[in-house]
Amino acid sequence: MTKAGTTVAPPADTPASAVRLPRRRGIELALIVLAVLLCVYGYCAVGLARHGTVPPGAAGYGAGLGVLALLAHLAVRLRAPDADPLLLPIGVLLNGLGLVLIYRLDLETPGDRAAPTQLVWSTVGVALFIVVVLALRDHRVLQRYAYVCVAAALVLLTLPILFPSVNGARIWIRVAGFSIQPGEFAKVLLAVFFAAYLAANRNALAFAGRRFWKLQLPTGRVLGPVLAIWLISVGVLVLERDLGTSLLFFGLFVVLLYVATGLTGWIALGLLLAAVGAFAVGWLEPHVHTRVEDWLHPFASIEAGLGPNQLAQSLFSFAAGGVLGTGLGLGHSVLIGFAAKSDFILATAGEELGLAGLSAIFLLYGLLVERGYRAGLSLRDPFGRLLATGLASIVALQVFVIAGGVGGLIPLTGMAMPFLAQGGSSVVTNWAIVALLIRVSDSARRQYDGTEAP
Amino acid sequence: MSTHGPGMARYIRHAACFCALLLVALLVNATRVQVFEAAAHDENPANRREVIARYGLRRGDILVDGRPVTGSRDTGEQLRYERTYANGPLFAPVTGFASQEYGTTLLEHTEDGVLSGSDPLLTPFALWNDFTRRRNPGGDVVTTIDGAAQQAAFRGLAGRKGAVAAVEPTTGRILALVSSPSYDPEVLSGNDPGVGRSWARLNADREKPMLNRAVRQTYPPGSTFKVVTAAAALDAGVVTDLDAPTDSPAPYRLPGTRTSLTNESDGCEDLSLREAFRWSCNTVFAKLGVDVGVGDMTATAHAFGFNDDALRIPFSVARSTFDPTVDKAQLALSSIGQYNTRATPLQMAMVSAAVANGGQLRTPYLVERTTTSRGTTVATAGPRPGRQVMYPSTAAQLRELMTQVVTEGTGTNAAIPGATVGGKTGTAQHGIGNAGTPYAWFVSWAQGDRDVEPKVAVAVVVEDAAADRGEITGGGVAAPIARAVMEAVLRSKE
Repeated sequence: MTKAGTTVAPPADTPASAVRLPRRRGIELALIVLAVLLCVYGYCAVGLARHGTVPPGAAGYGAGLGVLALLAHLAVRLRAPDADPLLLPIGVLLNGLGLVLIYRLDLETPGDRAAPTQLVWSTVGVALFIVVVLALRDHRVLQRYAYVCVAAALVLLTLPILFPSVNGARIWIRVAGFSIQPGEFAKVLLAVFFAAYLAANRNALAFAGRRFWKLQLPTGRVLGPVLAIWLISVGVLVLERDLGTSLLFFGLFVVLLYVATGLTGWIALGLLLAAVGAFAVGWLEPHVHTRVEDWLHPFASIEAGLGPNQLAQSLFSFAAGGVLGTGLGLGHSVLIGFAAKSDFILATAGEELGLAGLSAIFLLYGLLVERGYRAGLSLRDPFGRLLATGLASIVALQVFVIAGGVGGLIPLTGMAMPFLAQGGSSVVTNWAIVALLIRVSDSARRQYDGTEAP
Repeated sequence: MSTHGPGMARYIRHAACFCALLLVALLVNATRVQVFEAAAHDENPANRREVIARYGLRRGDILVDGRPVTGSRDTGEQLRYERTYANGPLFAPVTGFASQEYGTTLLEHTEDGVLSGSDPLLTPFALWNDFTRRRNPGGDVVTTIDGAAQQAAFRGLAGRKGAVAAVEPTTGRILALVSSPSYDPEVLSGNDPGVGRSWARLNADREKPMLNRAVRQTYPPGSTFKVVTAAAALDAGVVTDLDAPTDSPAPYRLPGTRTSLTNESDGCEDLSLREAFRWSCNTVFAKLGVDVGVGDMTATAHAFGFNDDALRIPFSVARSTFDPTVDKAQLALSSIGQYNTRATPLQMAMVSAAVANGGQLRTPYLVERTTTSRGTTVATAGPRPGRQVMYPSTAAQLRELMTQVVTEGTGTNAAIPGATVGGKTGTAQHGIGNAGTPYAWFVSWAQGDRDVEPKVAVAVVVEDAAADRGEITGGGVAAPIARAVMEAVLRSKE
């Protein structure tokens, strides 16, 4: 493949219709049907393994998921007919698989059923998806609301400080019996703001200051906003004890800064600030310090005679799965205890689906991210490019932070596995991300000019 | 037309490459945990999965007379199946316990592979099972125990401290293994707080109900050891005629000491072996032991199974001892079952069995065969190789001596109409200055009049036989129990 991005312009005489991309809505529909069938199969497999019978709700579950997916598909057909055909099926498959895993874990905790609530939230998520696809005709409209977005994001981030902390983290608010994690919604709003801000100011930001060894350092006057974001991240961390979200915000900002300006100096600066922040917080904040200790010595609590901690149980779960897994419904990931359905949901996937299933899930996320980046590559407007890159990066960073955390690769930080984990705010947010990706990919493929195949 | 610089696409590619790196890192990490470190994690003792799997299946059963004496109860808990025992105290010395908290003992321990289903012999497709993660249902263990004999022995002891071991002389099959007082292993099965309390209570009990006295406790065998001494004397040629005088004084001064050994009864001086055996004369056998010498005495004791700590039936049996490093005075005492001579009840049953079986000792065993849950045989014990302990002529002479003990000696309480019974009583003093209540012993064998070979050999010991001292205890307390066991075996063989 040639470096298409470096070609100056497409041949001017190429008629647009000649290179019009196929819409592939039929493929999307077929993939959705496949995704729904896979999820129903998983649901039945759980019931067969546990009780020897197909669970009574299988038909209803399949029909519910199918109807939701079909409505989303119709919305896409109606208003984003050129959109990437892979995005929606991946969303449906991951969400459906998450429901299966949560339903499976519900069997171990009869007093605490999470699957029905998760199904309600999934419905809300798909509804939001449909609303976004129907109402947002052009992603560039969002550019106008950049500062509204950042203001809303800051409000959402600060709201939980007014509420009591839950399990050591101050990231939830309670409204009418529902726990909501406003930080989840803030992610999308911040991505919109970052994209808009950087698209508007990228030339100023890209003005390189001094060159130091191989790094191109940014000039001093553009450091302000960067430091502001860094402070917000640290603030989130210190006030809400939410290491994962702060890491995500900061990582997102650094990636978008780099994509907007191409200055390697930003990366160096970002890593430096992150290191300073992490060190300071790790030193000051016992909560974070413990997480690092657990990561370095996951079995320390066993040696101390206190039994395995959550991370050790999570590693046991993954190990028990081996290459092919125990089969759905046959593992013991419930031993993880608290948060087995949310932060540690991946351990259940790892144990019951094995390395094979886990790799498939990782690759699904990889594919989702790749489709996002590809839409970004083929768009023409900087805002759209940055928005698509930002949304895809959110998914990528989030998957890495939590999957790496529960797998012992990096210190564990509380965060929801996109689509899979129990958590209404998360699943709604992820449907919003997919909706926005559908929108930008629709634009990208509609304005395809032959230079960059989306 | 293009509003963006050519660079941005490149940077997006760089960002995408970065994400690809993250993806690779996750995949490599998953492989590390799930493949390379999986075995170590699986074997971590803090990992409950192995335990959950172990108790996730119904445990195989231990069978007596073709009927299970164990069972499994589905609790629906995380450790799903708990052990139950149909007649716990009766069979506890055979089965042991299978506790979720405190592990396993005896047959539950040595046969755990079959019972829990982890034995690879249970399936012809072990590799396929590894692949599908299927666990075999637990297999069954068929014992050699004769339920009626076991019952008779347990009833005979009637809660008194003691033990009974019975074997089939021609094969080595263990027909009864009873220890009293006993306990119900079921109280240790689950993992509720009551189990911990039962464990503490059983361990603190001064009567030691969890001690398997039939195989794990050694006693001074006292006069029953005279069977061994007589065998040694006959084999060594020290005595060639059962009815010839043995040239032994009474009381007998222990060589090299001023201590004199006396007898319970008078008239032992210079008695023949036949009479001395019938009346259990200490002086005669002490002198015979010294005449045989420590080398031959030790060799004969060895042949009977003394000083052997490798015996497994399949669980281990405590080592019965005959001290080979003794002077003549100690040898004299050792030869009448005192000093450092100690024996398990099973060991004394083996002594009796060897005599009954023409001098050939069959290694005792408790497991007839193991089967899969469907009854297919996995392994059979089969008769063990025997070893010749004494000349067949010596055995014949000893049979004669032992028979006389029952017909007209100290063991008349063991006589069974319609059967030839041989026996030997014993009373073993113990404690400092012999202050403890003596142990009452009786070893015997029986052969029905229509049988071509002996059917059963028994050893009975009763610890606190609160009766008068003397031969009366062995014959009075232990012999009726032995008779009940022998009768049960003879009856069930008909």
